[in-house]
Amino acid sequence: MPPPRKVTSAGYAGSLERLAWTVASLGAFVALWGLVAWYAGSRHLPGPIDVVNVLAREAASGELWKHLWITLVRVTLAFTVAMFIGAAIGLAVGVNRTADKFFDSWLILLLNLPALVIIALCYVWFGTTEATAVTAVAINKIPNVAVQMREGARALSKDLAEMAEMYGFGWWRTLRHVTIPQLAPFFAAAARSGLALVWKIVLVVEALGGHPTGVGHQIHTAFGNFDVPMILAYALAFIIVIQIVEFGVLQPLQARVNKWRR
Amino acid sequence: MAPLGQPLSVAVRRKTFAAVGQRDENTVLRDVRFEVEPRSFVVITGPSGCGKSTLLNIVAGLDKDFEGKIDLGPGNPRVTFVFQTPRLLPWRTVRENLELALPPGDPRLAGLPDMLERVGLTSAAGAYPEHISLGMQRRAALARGFITEPDILLMDEPFVSLDDPTALGLRELLIDLWSRRPTTVLFITHDRAEAVMLGTRILRMAPGSATIIQDEAVRLSTAERKDRDKVLAEQKRIFGST
Repeated sequence: MPPPRKVTSAGYAGSLERLAWTVASLGAFVALWGLVAWYAGSRHLPGPIDVVNVLAREAASGELWKHLWITLVRVTLAFTVAMFIGAAIGLAVGVNRTADKFFDSWLILLLNLPALVIIALCYVWFGTTEATAVTAVAINKIPNVAVQMREGARALSKDLAEMAEMYGFGWWRTLRHVTIPQLAPFFAAAARSGLALVWKIVLVVEALGGHPTGVGHQIHTAFGNFDVPMILAYALAFIIVIQIVEFGVLQPLQARVNKWRR
Repeated sequence: MAPLGQPLSVAVRRKTFAAVGQRDENTVLRDVRFEVEPRSFVVITGPSGCGKSTLLNIVAGLDKDFEGKIDLGPGNPRVTFVFQTPRLLPWRTVRENLELALPPGDPRLAGLPDMLERVGLTSAAGAYPEHISLGMQRRAALARGFITEPDILLMDEPFVSLDDPTALGLRELLIDLWSRRPTTVLFITHDRAEAVMLGTRILRMAPGSATIIQDEAVRLSTAERKDRDKVLAEQKRIFGST
């Protein structure tokens, strides 16, 4: 028998209404942008139609897909590495008070280290390679994940741990049915804020690191030529891709792990 | 099931909580010694804060920081704990919560539909705990305790914060489950009527004494336990008129 379903604003009518709001607000934004661009009449502020034309031209020539693809691969790798290492560090310091006291200052240090410094150091020390790009981005994200997962580990329920002990769960069942479900919301929050941070930093890394490919490289080149339509076209393409990941993967995943909530 | 004639023996010389913040070091148990005959239903009663729950956690092995010795009897008896709050996994359905109390493929899993039926949760078996009432959650916790067929069942005020009819229904359910499969029970409550209705023997703790001040057998048959007047008369005999 399926669990009883509740009718909430997250239902079908609710998502339709939300969609309508999104479409209306985006429409208003594009209209405003077009109006300002038309009024300014400057080649440094192209209107929406110009940008879409550039986007279509880049897509037709295949350039767009090539750069988008390589950037997405870098985002995925850096994101995965950061989530794994950050979660491991966060859980370790979250359950061990001595480790927490010792590493707390390290975490704060890393959190406050500017992204640009990490990127510069990585390229000085490791040179321009794919591994450097991924490492530089991951190091920027790791302390954030670690801090969020540490909160999760601190919030683990002692009551449920005792229950698992009394009912002979063993380590594997405890991990799967008791620990991971408690950490899932923290992991999901870290993942969503992580994706937003990672993809922004990837572009900076691509531009600064002198990589010959990637959306960051394209934007950097366009910047050299004062080619604003090109910059906006690539930005637009990337926003669309990230939104697809957000709505197509992350949000459904979050809804699934939260379905037991009242 | 543990062999008959080997009682569960509790001997706590001293249990002290270290000073925390403004609160001084606190001795909550001192020279608490008693034995529990197999398949008897022992109720430990006393006001809040007299150390009842601490004692049960020590017997359960959850609290190992005490002076004394707990002997659960030979042959590594199965111990189950029904907690003060249901402590169900909110992200698992009622049925999954019961299944998880047993190892995978355990023959006792076959008794699961029957157990759900007896506690009246058949139609709620697929529901998540937060989507059902507290009374139903407590019934699920009770069923989870009994499905493991324990040799020793520890219960820490499992029916607290329920309205009277619901609590009464659960007590009758517990009597029913226990008389079908008598097992050694240590049951904690501050509710005297509940103590008399359920227990075959009552151990009383007083506030501040940190020890047992009265040890009394309850003289009621299973049928008499559902009779309010008989329960009240027995309660008066044991606890006096206060």
